[in-house]
This record gives sequence, structure tokens and C-alpha cells, in this order.
Amino acid sequence: MIPVSYYIGLSAILFTIGALGVLIRRNAIIIFMSVELMLNAANLAFVAFARAFGMMEGQIFVFFVMAVAAAEVAVGLALIVTIFHTKQSIDVDQMHSLKG
Amino acid sequence: MPLNFTLFLILAVIAIASALGMLFSKNAVYSALFLILNFAVAAFFYLILDAPFIALTQITVYAGAIMVLFLFVIMLLGAEQTGRMTAARWVRPTAITLAALLVVETIYIMFTQKGTIASLSSIPPDFGAPEVVGQFLFNQYLLPFEVTSILLLAAMIGAIVLTKRKS
Repeated sequence: MIPVSYYIGLSAILFTIGALGVLIRRNAIIIFMSVELMLNAANLAFVAFARAFGMMEGQIFVFFVMAVAAAEVAVGLALIVTIFHTKQSIDVDQMHSLKG
Repeated sequence: MPLNFTLFLILAVIAIASALGMLFSKNAVYSALFLILNFAVAAFFYLILDAPFIALTQITVYAGAIMVLFLFVIMLLGAEQTGRMTAARWVRPTAITLAALLVVETIYIMFTQKGTIASLSSIPPDFGAPEVVGQFLFNQYLLPFEVTSILLLAAMIGAIVLTKRKS
């Protein structure tokens, strides 16, 4: 059997790659995908702990995280489409109209 | 389900490599495809961790619905070329340093706090089966489940309102 800490380590590495993506990429869609990667890393930790403690609650929580992620993607991509129609660009550095 | 260490290592390497491929691809479509590969590997991990229902939900919801939506928007906008990486010169080295710090910190905590993480305990044979998940969802977690449906409805209406052209 693989110790649960290995899964947590993998989850941490995937989460960090996602956070790095949010920091260094300027394309809104790629940033969004990085957020999905971070959510997925958190899900992996949830499932690993659910298995380690023999409790179903972790898996139920992952189910809800997936539902929220689906809702977030629908609204977020609609926002990106609207921004692209307005600005002809999805570079997040171009979105400074509200900046004081 | 017993699993030898080699299989875990191979899957972990594929997961990390596809995540890095997503991060450094110049083409947004390649990024999306790498992310689908990553989600598929995560579904494998869920199967190994006795969560078959979650694994199949991962495939249908994440790799299916969500990533198809991503690919659809990328192709709709014609935004395949993702352009430059960062605006300021100092952002990239700082971000990489901070990320390395985060990984080192997590791995340090993981290997020094061994006592707090329980070892894999024995579980009932139907652990993670759809019936068990359904019983949890419709008894103990009925209210969150219903709230989720309202959330999805709100997201659906929100997406329609946001993308509707003003005529």
C-alpha cells in the first residue's frame, strides 16, 4: 500500500503548479485552467484522507466541489467571452478599466 | 486494492508532467488537452483510493463537460495563441521562487508530522460505491445537495444573461 502522505505530496505539487500558472500566465483562459488544477489537487487530498480515515464525508465533499467548479466555469467562461467581445483580448493586464 | 509503488510513481510522473505541459504550452488548445490528461490520471488515483463513483464523476464532469466547455470557448474566441507569459520582468523568478518554497514547506511538514497522518485503515467492501454515496447525499447532506441545484440554476441563468448580446 502507498502511504497517504505520498498522495498529499502529489496533491501539494499539483496545487503549486496551479498557483504558479495563476502567477506567471497572462491569458485569462490559462489562468482559469490553473484554478481548475488547484481545485483538482484539493480534491485528490480529500479523497486520500477519506480513504485514510475510512470516512465517506471526504468523497461527498469532493462531489460538492465538482458541482461548484462546474458552476464557476460556466459563469467564468461567460465573463471571458463578454470581455473578449468588449476588448478583443483576454490578456488580464488589459483589464484595468476599473483601476483608479 | 493493493498497488505497487512503481504504478503510483508512473501515474504521479504523468500527472506532474501534464500539469507542467498545461502551464508552459504556447497553444491554449494544447493546454486544455494536457489538463484533460491530468484529470484522467486523477480519476485513476480516485479508483486506486476506493472512490469509484467520484472517479467516474471526475471523467464525466471534469474531463467531459468542463473541459469541452473550455475547448469550445477557446475555439469560439479564436484565442489559441496565448502570447507572452508575464508583464513585468521580476514576476516570473519571484513566482517560481515562491512556488518552490511552498513545495519545500509542504514536503517538510509532510515528513516531519508523520504521526498526525493515519495509516490506511481497513474499510468496508462497499466503500465509495454509488449506493453509499447516494445514501449520504439524500439523508445527511440533503440540504447542501438541494442548494447545489439552486447554485447550478443560478450559474446557468448567469451565463445566459452575461453572454446575451444587447440589441
